[in-house]
Amino acid sequence: MPLLDVSELRTRFHTRSGVFRAVENVSFTLERGATLGLVGESGSGKSVTCASLLRLLPSPPARIEGNYARFDGLDLLRATDAELRAIRGKRIGMIFQDPMTSLNPYLRISEQLIEPLLIHEKISRRDALARALAMLESVGINDAARRLHAYPHEFSGGMRQRVMIAMALIARPELLIADEPTTALDVTVQAQILELIKKLQRELGMAVIFISHDLGVVSGLCDRVMVMYAGRIVETADVRTLFRSPQHPYTRALQRSIPALQAKGAELYTLPGLPPDLSKPIDGCAFAERCEFATAACRTGESPALLASAPGHAHACLRLQAGEILNR
Amino acid sequence: MLPILELRDLRTHFPMERGLLFRQRTGTVKAVDGVSLSLARGEVLGLVGESGCGKSTLARTIMGLAPATSGSVWLEGVNITATPATGEARRALQMVFQDPYASLNPRLSVGDALAEPLRVHRLRPAAEITARVAELAALVGIPARSLDKYPHEFSGGQRQRIAIARALALEPRIIVADEPVSALDVSIQAQILNLLAKLVRELGLSLVFIAHDLSVVKHLSDRVAVMYLGRIVELGSAADVIERPQHPYTRALVSAAPRPDPDGERARQRIVLAGDPPSPLNPPPGCPFHPRCAYALDTCKTTVPALAPHAGRDVSCLRAAEIG
Repeated sequence: MPLLDVSELRTRFHTRSGVFRAVENVSFTLERGATLGLVGESGSGKSVTCASLLRLLPSPPARIEGNYARFDGLDLLRATDAELRAIRGKRIGMIFQDPMTSLNPYLRISEQLIEPLLIHEKISRRDALARALAMLESVGINDAARRLHAYPHEFSGGMRQRVMIAMALIARPELLIADEPTTALDVTVQAQILELIKKLQRELGMAVIFISHDLGVVSGLCDRVMVMYAGRIVETADVRTLFRSPQHPYTRALQRSIPALQAKGAELYTLPGLPPDLSKPIDGCAFAERCEFATAACRTGESPALLASAPGHAHACLRLQAGEILNR
Repeated sequence: MLPILELRDLRTHFPMERGLLFRQRTGTVKAVDGVSLSLARGEVLGLVGESGCGKSTLARTIMGLAPATSGSVWLEGVNITATPATGEARRALQMVFQDPYASLNPRLSVGDALAEPLRVHRLRPAAEITARVAELAALVGIPARSLDKYPHEFSGGQRQRIAIARALALEPRIIVADEPVSALDVSIQAQILNLLAKLVRELGLSLVFIAHDLSVVKHLSDRVAVMYLGRIVELGSAADVIERPQHPYTRALVSAAPRPDPDGERARQRIVLAGDPPSPLNPPPGCPFHPRCAYALDTCKTTVPALAPHAGRDVSCLRAAEIG
């Protein structure tokens, strides 16, 4: 049984200016110990997908539907508040993008670190503090004994992100959801954090969902990658296949627009137009308006289904599925 | 040939003060600390480094937005730090900022935002302004019918185009762009990079391009300068510096930058630097990089290395030749 099994997850925001379809029929599974990368541009639904799984979105306006989202057999979409509380922070840890707004500025780091332990485990305060100290050391904070009782403002950005990671990992979760954990950091600090996540993953055997818009970061860390566009998964494959032979026109376009993969000074591929307005229903493929291969058939009917083209490689492109455009 | 822009031993220091009534000097932030550079006509110079290394302050000092503490900025052989910037110097040097949401006036329509510099500098008679505004919009790919719209009606990428058009309004010879693509998604980033490359090519502009993404800098730049704690530690051609880095800091920076290549990423040995970049308030003595450098010796703790030729570029490392 996979650790996480999500089927047809849909998240909509009911607002005064309309219904925003942020996540449309997202299905995927994640095995224990595996790393799944979730890539896509701003507004593609990566973060909302993960926040929906943990039911972190206020409802209203958010409405989360779907067949199921089973975490170790428990359907998160239908779990009671008590069941969710037993999972959040204990069996599923989460790292948010912005460490400054995710840490409580009024509380010492020590209080924030031991909170999940005091809630979820029968542990004395003293033992919890000892675990917090060990955790701070393992995320690479120098002089952890003195730093343990400091306030968030006394830390630099990279240090705060390490504290966030320590908080997410202190209860030894089975699943870590990391939402752009290194986006706000400099590359040398980013490299430290990525090495740290890999090391802790090996030690704890946890599964990771890694949300990022940076294909470089994903390529080094993840086993599998899902590409999202307009709230849908358009392609999923193991990381090597996705980078070597991307299939979906959107994935190909993304790849052709990255300077790192093009000859120096070469014209970069640019997508025409803008992502679709998610407050209106979309006929057919959400990417059709910007796709160089789209035909009239792409713009009608249901959104194309995510179908496997090879074992472990699936994409949602009608023309590829019909064999009308060449696979490279 | 005379460089279009030259920086001579430029320093920008900010005093740190405490107290309201009796202000006490408590220290000095040496944001830019002895930078010498020159920029040729039509050249793109990439400026890289991590947050706090002084690259934005350097850009602001070139522009005259931050006062230089010492040293000078020469524009086509004229010292523009010596005299208050004249209209002419202001026109020749224009800046594009990182955040197009913050750098455009929300109360000015795009057409008005583009017309304003033309009126202030009296570059065109009133009758020709509309035509010139349409020309500028076309140059950056903003449709003329959008000129009555306000900044909030545009996406981030379009706003950055408008900010570039506004910089171009004064027919500058040099554009200083401070992280112009950092706030943008990759597909939008590609559009802005293509646009900047086109402008350099077609208008013969010189560009100082600040970014922290090495692949972006390499793509666009002819030469690259790497900054660390207010100083340049390596300066050379983009291919030399980014593909064959020499300074230990540049090596670590290049090695830390993730590349979209799954096998390469798994195979390579990454140099992971310990600790955070030190604060420019209390820079270490000697080589500013020595506390994090794997090659540091005792002499590195006391001697400040000068930028000297090595392996076809300039490197400021006492051990550059030994490390190889």
